Amino acid sequence: MEIFNWSYAAEVFPTIFRAMFVTLGITLASFAVALVLGLILTLLRRSPVKIIAYLTYGFIEFVRGTPVLVQLFFVYFAWPLVPVIGFEMSAMTAGISTLGIHYSTYLSEIYRSGIESVDQGQWEASRALNFSKAKTWTKIILPQAVPPVIPMLGNYLIVLFKETPLLMAISVNEMLMTARNLGSQVFSFVEVYTIVGLLFLLLSYPSSLFVGYMERRMNTRYMRKAKVQKMKKEDVIS
Amino acid sequence: MTGKPIVQFKNVKKSFGDLEVLKGFDLDIMPGEKVSIIGPSGSGKTTIIRMLMTLEKPTGGEIIVDGENLWHMEVNGKLVEANEKHLRKIRGNIGMVFQHFNLFPHMTIMRNCTEAPVQVLGLSKKEAEQRAVQMLKKVGLADKVNNYPFQLSGGQKQRVAIARALVMQPKVMLFDEVTSALDPELVGEVLQVIKDLAEQGDMSMILITHEMDFAMEISDRVAFFADGLLMEEGPPQELFNNPKSDRLKSFLQRFSRV
Repeated sequence: MEIFNWSYAAEVFPTIFRAMFVTLGITLASFAVALVLGLILTLLRRSPVKIIAYLTYGFIEFVRGTPVLVQLFFVYFAWPLVPVIGFEMSAMTAGISTLGIHYSTYLSEIYRSGIESVDQGQWEASRALNFSKAKTWTKIILPQAVPPVIPMLGNYLIVLFKETPLLMAISVNEMLMTARNLGSQVFSFVEVYTIVGLLFLLLSYPSSLFVGYMERRMNTRYMRKAKVQKMKKEDVIS
Repeated sequence: MTGKPIVQFKNVKKSFGDLEVLKGFDLDIMPGEKVSIIGPSGSGKTTIIRMLMTLEKPTGGEIIVDGENLWHMEVNGKLVEANEKHLRKIRGNIGMVFQHFNLFPHMTIMRNCTEAPVQVLGLSKKEAEQRAVQMLKKVGLADKVNNYPFQLSGGQKQRVAIARALVMQPKVMLFDEVTSALDPELVGEVLQVIKDLAEQGDMSMILITHEMDFAMEISDRVAFFADGLLMEEGPPQELFNNPKSDRLKSFLQRFSRV
């Protein structure tokens, strides 16, 4: 008996390949939730109303401090039983919201670092030109805070992608679930899990190369600025 | 230069924690008047105009802009702390040029000058661009509209910053040590622009400066601050040639030409 049956592998490959698009869909949908919610959390955390800022901080720490799997079970199995605010969701919705909410707390930290790296003078200039608070954020601060952190956001997209098999725990038919179902029909798991692993690698490795490239590009973009300033300093000395 | 002052400081105080930077001073600025504020570093000069620009909140006293209280507003006959809406309304009278330019690095020179008129004053893009070009011509940089700030020299950046503030047509313009961050050979071009503005304009100007010759040349009045107090004020000739206080005498000695 051979360990790896090539013809069986070829037979199941199309089904797993199709499930890959479910995985990709979950990844993109959760990441979209995380991008938007993460930004909202960042802004709420900076709220001048102290109670809102503290509650947001508490929420972020709570979500980051508990495992995704526990959150997944809670949202899918326990949330519908919560009186008044609880409601039932499909496994897919529950999975996407949980991953989205979980990652929003990481992304909010990234946004925060981006915002803090914007020079204080930018806030002051916005004030002097009488921009409203909302316009200061959308026109001046965020356009400077977000581009430098895009590579970091990209890293989290890849991590999130690799976490999607967790949704198998609530029976979402993503790649790993599909593979297991196929494998258990004939009690042969080597082929299916190998295919799943390779497909993950095939997608995540080029993505991380791309993120690395973006990171270098952003660095040079910002170093150009640093260089200009450094040159000027030397001019003064000479 | 008669009538009501455009800006009044009334017993204005400012502390940062335990440190009392300004110990209460009165100063009136008339419409169209150019006033230079001089003094040793740490004397709270910059804090004065930062309070007027609402970047710092005074810990005591009142600032009146064009007859209206800046940091307080009347609600049902009672004076309460100003909210953002009130601050925005009054802040519209004031413009500021910073020591470190604070241009928006992600925008072209043109957009640096048009963003606020469009977003804040509600001008159309076309109107804003006309105004911006007019002001950029004034500072001699109309050919740089498509450049980004990092492509300009420090002096050019500061001139753009002046144009950007002018486009908003403030009644009072504040200059916070605008040449301190510049290489020596670039100081002249910026001072020239400000001098031209002072000569043509009916705009009031308050300048924090260490350029004594420049202060003497363009100011209607000079105010000398030290140790958190307004020590002396008057026409520049009087102040520079016949300083009354010892504090000002010793301060001016350090600037006297060799």
